[in-house]
Amino acid sequence: MQRSLVNDPKVRGLFYQTLLVVILVALIAFAWRNAVVNMTARGIPLGFEFWNQTSGFDINLSLINYSALSTYGDAFWVGLLNTLLVAAISIVLATPLGFVVGIARLSPNWILSRVALVYVEIMRNTPLLLQLLFWYNAVLKALPGPRQSLSVSGLVFLNNRGLYLPKPVFAEGAWVVAAALLIGVIAAYLFSRWAARRQANTGQQAPVFSVGAALVILPPLAMYFIAGMPISFNYATLSGFNLRGGLQLFPEFAALVFGLVTYTAAFIAEIVRAGVLAVSHGQTEAASALGLKRGWTMRLIVVPQAMRLIIPPLTSQYLNIVKNSSLAVFIGYPDLVLIFAGTVLNQTHAAVQVMAITMAVYLVISLAIAGLLNFYNDRMSLKER
Amino acid sequence: MSPTVAFVRSQSEPQLPPPLFSQGALAWAKENLFSSITSTLITVLCVAAFLWTIPELIAWATIKAIWVAPDGALCRQHQDGACWAFIGQKLGYLSFGSYPESEHWRVDVVEVLGAVLIVWLLWPRVPAKRQAALGFFVIYPILSFILLVGAPALGLPRVDTLLWGGVFVSLITAVVGIVVSLPLGVLLALGRRSQLPVVRLASVIFIEFVRGVPFITVLFMANNMLPLFLPSGWEPDRFSRPLVGIALFSAAYMAEEVRGGLQTLAKGQYEGAMALGLDYGRMMRLVVLPQALALVIPGIVNNFIGLFKDTTLVAIVGINDFLATMDNAFKDPVWAGPSLLATGYVFAAAFYFVFCYAMSAYSAGVERRLSVGRRR
Repeated sequence: MQRSLVNDPKVRGLFYQTLLVVILVALIAFAWRNAVVNMTARGIPLGFEFWNQTSGFDINLSLINYSALSTYGDAFWVGLLNTLLVAAISIVLATPLGFVVGIARLSPNWILSRVALVYVEIMRNTPLLLQLLFWYNAVLKALPGPRQSLSVSGLVFLNNRGLYLPKPVFAEGAWVVAAALLIGVIAAYLFSRWAARRQANTGQQAPVFSVGAALVILPPLAMYFIAGMPISFNYATLSGFNLRGGLQLFPEFAALVFGLVTYTAAFIAEIVRAGVLAVSHGQTEAASALGLKRGWTMRLIVVPQAMRLIIPPLTSQYLNIVKNSSLAVFIGYPDLVLIFAGTVLNQTHAAVQVMAITMAVYLVISLAIAGLLNFYNDRMSLKER
Repeated sequence: MSPTVAFVRSQSEPQLPPPLFSQGALAWAKENLFSSITSTLITVLCVAAFLWTIPELIAWATIKAIWVAPDGALCRQHQDGACWAFIGQKLGYLSFGSYPESEHWRVDVVEVLGAVLIVWLLWPRVPAKRQAALGFFVIYPILSFILLVGAPALGLPRVDTLLWGGVFVSLITAVVGIVVSLPLGVLLALGRRSQLPVVRLASVIFIEFVRGVPFITVLFMANNMLPLFLPSGWEPDRFSRPLVGIALFSAAYMAEEVRGGLQTLAKGQYEGAMALGLDYGRMMRLVVLPQALALVIPGIVNNFIGLFKDTTLVAIVGINDFLATMDNAFKDPVWAGPSLLATGYVFAAAFYFVFCYAMSAYSAGVERRLSVGRRR
């Protein structure tokens, strides 16, 4: 009886699991108790009262109203938005670059494929932090000062204080143009759907690209002139020792986006290459037997099938962009980690609360993206009969 | 029948050489560089871009560079060339940090021993992997700890971790990461595949939590919160805190890698082992893990590349790794100058590239070797 109980897998499983629970609970209780004792001893706040206290520090880049009089909670939102901003822009730029490099890796042109290979190998085999420091310290900070700015025909300026782009200024009536643009985009989308359906039913093709382009471009342009040109551009000009006006992108921001984009594009390129190579060779052969050109074969046959394999690892690269944007700390871009887990933590000493919130934010983003990916996978997975 | 017909040859014509573009270098060039108009255009553009940039880059690194100089004066004068003299001068600091010069041999011994053990482990032809694994995962860490930290009883003076820095700190961080994270990762992977719901849940929560947050936050947590979670007086050394972080962080990634191996393994292997009457521990140790781990060696090595690159981030919690010592070296007023930055970063990039490229070449080689059996 004794023996059989010891050897019963159910009893054993129950025993091991109870043991694990006891150990984990004991560990957590131990850490919790120590934390309370240590924090009270050092005068560290135990609650979240700091959230509504005045922060007293300024942030040079903020998408919402923020000043030194705002609260720590506001600082958190500023940091979160800055993180999301840099991640979103990097994702938008890294995807096409990665696809281009990935396709170039497979190019029949030997030089082009070698160039792409060298790019990918250099980017993937050196630390992202090193690349960021290089772009920020050795390239952007080494640029000439405002008076000797590098400039593209007086529209775009680049100097050691950042990149200056023309800034659109919206006067009254600009919303008409925006509305026309929105309507144009919707119309173009509906047209392309109608054309696809008609082609599927009748085989007749419609000039989707030119009609779509006309629908997107012409109405806003017409409204722009009808409404009396409500949108103008404000260019940066040299006044005194600095450039004034225009849309100034700080060097920290530019270096972070540039570094993230070039680094992640190399990984995306490898994903794209693997995905394209995984499409069965018979597909390409059949396409060329039908007389499709190489570019068409890629666009119509190979890439749509490769997408099924590309999307999951691509999503994890997007997640990596979000997580890697925390390297902003090293070059001083005010992201969530620098503002909240850095400045706020140092001022309030509320290490446990601040780190818990910071990690929770990243976790939520990660889980949300993973959830979207699963949803997509369910929809896109091969429907087998 | 007449012996000769006027219009029929009696002798064969001499053979003509094959068309110019059908073989040799020209054929290759036609096929790979000028196969179409687009391709020709790309080739011309690329070559033009090369001619424009590469000679300048080579000149920057060689003939325009300053190779020998007592201080930064010469480099400040010649800013269009690299300042290799700076690297040469700082090589000791970049390799050892402020580790006392008389004790450098200890670091050297640790590094050579580690290299030997790693080659032993990874080179397929060398026998006795079991002993190598025991050496690398058990004996080597203990020995390195004694050598690096010091043991006054053995005549080795203590060296405070404040003085540690440079390449060796980067290497140690990476090696600690792999030595701890591989066994821990295997345990977590087994936990995630376990039949026991509580074990599975605990493993999943840990793995997904760590993989969902950036490495920097894990480092911050290890640095700021670890001391809070331990009773006062247990304060871990400032160098060991990020090591805890890095070990836990890479364990989660390692676990996913190992889980991939466990999943690809045919179910029959598990069933066969159970049918033989092996218990769970023996089944894993003797049947499943040897096969699963061999399958994921490329993945583990790729993970290690990521880990090695990530070690640069420990600078945020005040550890002087290679990149941090480089940044410190820039600030030396004797040398400070505008050409240092590019020189230093290019040198650091070359260092990381050599290591990571070697590892990825190795992992690609293993992958080829493993796929031999499956190739048709």
